[in-house]
Amino acid sequence: MRGTIRLATIIYAILIYGFIFLPVVTLVLFSFQATSFPIPPFTGPSLRWYETVLADSRLTSALGNSLIVAVISSALATLLGFLSAWGFARFYIPASAVLRGLITLPLTVSYLIIGMGLLVLFNAIGIPKSLLSAGIGHVVINLPLCFAILYSQMGEHQANIERAARDLGAREWQVLTLVTAPMLWPALFASFFLSMTFSWDEFVISFLLTRFETTLPVEIWNLLRSGLNPKTNAVGSLVFLVSIVFVLLFELTLFRKQRR
Amino acid sequence: MNPLVQVKNVSQHFGSMRALDDVSLDIAPKSYTILLGPSGSGKTTLLSILGGFLVPSAGQVLIEGKDCTSLAPAKRPTTTVFQDYALFPHMTVGANVGFGLRMRGVAGAERDRRAQEVLKLVGLPEAFGKKPHQLSGGQRQRVALARALVVEPSVLLLDEPLGALDLKLRRQMQEELKAIQKRVGTAFVHVTHDQEEAMALADHCVVMNHGRIEDEGPAERVYSRPASRFSATFMGESTIFAGKVGAADRIATPFGEWALATSAKAGSEIALAIRPEHVVTGNAPLSFGQATVRDVVFQGSFKRVTAALAKDPALTLLARLPADAAVQAGESMNFACDPRHVLVLTR
Repeated sequence: MRGTIRLATIIYAILIYGFIFLPVVTLVLFSFQATSFPIPPFTGPSLRWYETVLADSRLTSALGNSLIVAVISSALATLLGFLSAWGFARFYIPASAVLRGLITLPLTVSYLIIGMGLLVLFNAIGIPKSLLSAGIGHVVINLPLCFAILYSQMGEHQANIERAARDLGAREWQVLTLVTAPMLWPALFASFFLSMTFSWDEFVISFLLTRFETTLPVEIWNLLRSGLNPKTNAVGSLVFLVSIVFVLLFELTLFRKQRR
Repeated sequence: MNPLVQVKNVSQHFGSMRALDDVSLDIAPKSYTILLGPSGSGKTTLLSILGGFLVPSAGQVLIEGKDCTSLAPAKRPTTTVFQDYALFPHMTVGANVGFGLRMRGVAGAERDRRAQEVLKLVGLPEAFGKKPHQLSGGQRQRVALARALVVEPSVLLLDEPLGALDLKLRRQMQEELKAIQKRVGTAFVHVTHDQEEAMALADHCVVMNHGRIEDEGPAERVYSRPASRFSATFMGESTIFAGKVGAADRIATPFGEWALATSAKAGSEIALAIRPEHVVTGNAPLSFGQATVRDVVFQGSFKRVTAALAKDPALTLLARLPADAAVQAGESMNFACDPRHVLVLTR
């Protein structure tokens, strides 16, 4: 009896993980396909399609754009999230709980709604569709996340440490740069890398808010419109690889913090 | 001598709560002042007001003759040693101690030299390059002290500095604090709820309760002649019983009429207290009568005895008898005291 239950749980686990990872494995596997169609039988391995991807200037420039947007928007989201978390944690703000709720609300709103809202807004105030507007969109979706992570890390003990710095003559900007931020380095890094992950493969907002120059997910979508070929698999694998790196960096900074 | 710090009629309200109620206090230069009281007595609030972390609802704070009531902490000649030490966790001990100097624009080499000097003063010369998390509680305490002292404040404020240490370390740090204070000559203001700490350290002991100063003065005086009932119970142990003033310095007690000098009006209800070390067995001018010994605890240099008094069974007499006194639980014996040891408490 116990043996069958055990067997059932193992099969169940295999099915679950298979369900989650089989698409990714297939994608990565057929990116090494030697022939022109990403369907069985597997004819590789070959790096042919990776060469094609890296030779495609539209894809490589989109990759560069994505990185730039991810780095700058994540840095901005982390900075703004840090400052707002500090404000809420250290100062008396009327209706603080309501305002904190409002700041984290975008986490629950669909990207489509946020993207459409920004599109209408940017149209009205005359900001053209561009990487800049997509970057602003990414700040909007990532700031609540950064805020939530950083706010949770600011305790009363740290408030006392800041008080000690002020007592010893530090000005407010010195308290922030010499004491508060360094104390929160792990949380700041974690926020930054998590934002990078989300910005990196974000599609809807980038699709709605960019036109000529665009990010990698949008470019991949363009590519998909002309049908499946192993090139899309190759570029998809590259996106996946970079995401993995971001997540690992995020986990690493978080893990290091917990060990201390 | 002009007072270094003058607190004038300071009150502090938090909503409807009165944390401090019209408190006035002078602190002399080079003195060691202890603010002693239970939690909620307002002692920490008063320290925060001295440090500039709170602006009082009413009243004035003068330091070195200058009005500092609403001056920021950094702008006044005080520094604070926080209860949880509040060391900068990401900096080395040397950088922690040098922080105040860095904020004052002192150059790196000079900063390190002075930080090293103060670390030597607090007995931690080898900790310069370590991080706070590598140190023990007592060592962190010393670093916090060094960090506050290095900027040479006129007044050093200590918020329950020994509260987190174990008893043995606390007694040892106590001695060192006193020695360091004598050496640097800075006025220390130290908040605690530990009366032994207060007696060991204080030049000037301030007993606080319910946001008011109950009693202040040299620790010895506060102990031997407490100004109020609260002060007598908080500073040391005692047996307290009721008395009623009769005519011509005679006070009616549960043990008969005692002749004691008092300035209280005839007919007023007062409290009398006797310290355990002043209770004797056998005969003395003022007798408590027969009592049944309830408990004897041998403490090495003395025996701590509690006894139920025949004349007032609700009252427990506390006595400190010589270590070689022949006394056993269940025994019935006579207790007495000398009139000069009886504390007459009109408040």
